[in-house]
Amino acid sequence: MLEAIVFYIFSAVMVAAAVMVIFARNPVHSVLFLILCFFNAAGLFVLMGAEFLAMILVVVYVGAVAVLFLFVVMMLDVDFVALREGYAKYLPVGAAVGVVLAAELVFVLAPWAFSASVPEAIAIPIPDPGQIHNTRALGLVLYDDYAYVFQASGLILLVAMVGAIVLTLREREGVKRQSIARQVARTRAEGTETVAVKSRQGVDV
Amino acid sequence: MEITLGHYLTVAAVLFTLGIFGIFLNRKNVIVILMSVELMLLAVNINLVAFSTHLGDLVGQVFALFILTVAAAEAAIGLAILVVYFRNRGTIEVEDINMMKG
Repeated sequence: MLEAIVFYIFSAVMVAAAVMVIFARNPVHSVLFLILCFFNAAGLFVLMGAEFLAMILVVVYVGAVAVLFLFVVMMLDVDFVALREGYAKYLPVGAAVGVVLAAELVFVLAPWAFSASVPEAIAIPIPDPGQIHNTRALGLVLYDDYAYVFQASGLILLVAMVGAIVLTLREREGVKRQSIARQVARTRAEGTETVAVKSRQGVDV
Repeated sequence: MEITLGHYLTVAAVLFTLGIFGIFLNRKNVIVILMSVELMLLAVNINLVAFSTHLGDLVGQVFALFILTVAAAEAAIGLAILVVYFRNRGTIEVEDINMMKG
């Protein structure tokens, strides 16, 4: 009973937050509702018994992705009121596609059942949580059976990081920068000059 | 009242539909479109984890982890492209993105 109450609270708040992500007038509010949505999804994950993924969801999505969204929304000087125009124009098309997709999902979900051969197809059974907890079990699988895929996902993150840096890095004209190499390579000869000052004539500076 | 696999699948389906709806509704604002894509990926993750815990197969959670990784990379690259685009054009309207005439 308690599980049902918690499930309905988490899923109701999550769906409501997802609706607000789409309909919020201010994109900053959209991002904040996205964070709320991810928190509730993490709650659902805990309810299902996937604690590690729940914590990763909070750390990666709320801690990194949503804050990245927030930075970009705040840094771009966009007229968001103008972006809301034509809202009503797309509403019928969007509603039609949404209804069609929802109907298709209902058609899939309603008459569907597990095949009899499913229990034999289970690759790695979840161990007893009392003996091996979720994080340890995931680690045993991830670094063992899926080591290459794990490395590949690390490579994807590296490529994404390099790509994001290369895309956004720019050299601006007319900005004075410190060049440490040039400072260090400076010699006394090019920095100072010895002049014999003649009396009553001074020097040209 | 027992919470079954069907409950989780229904929530994920609702979330996925909302993501699609958001993409069509916010045709001008690329940031909200990216957020809608994140919502859809989250729905897929909920499906994977629900099946994983319902069937007792750990592989679903492993692949949910990989989807999380790819989603983070996608968000980073997408937002970087968005920043560069805004710097060049001064707008983020989707309808203006037609320079390549693809």
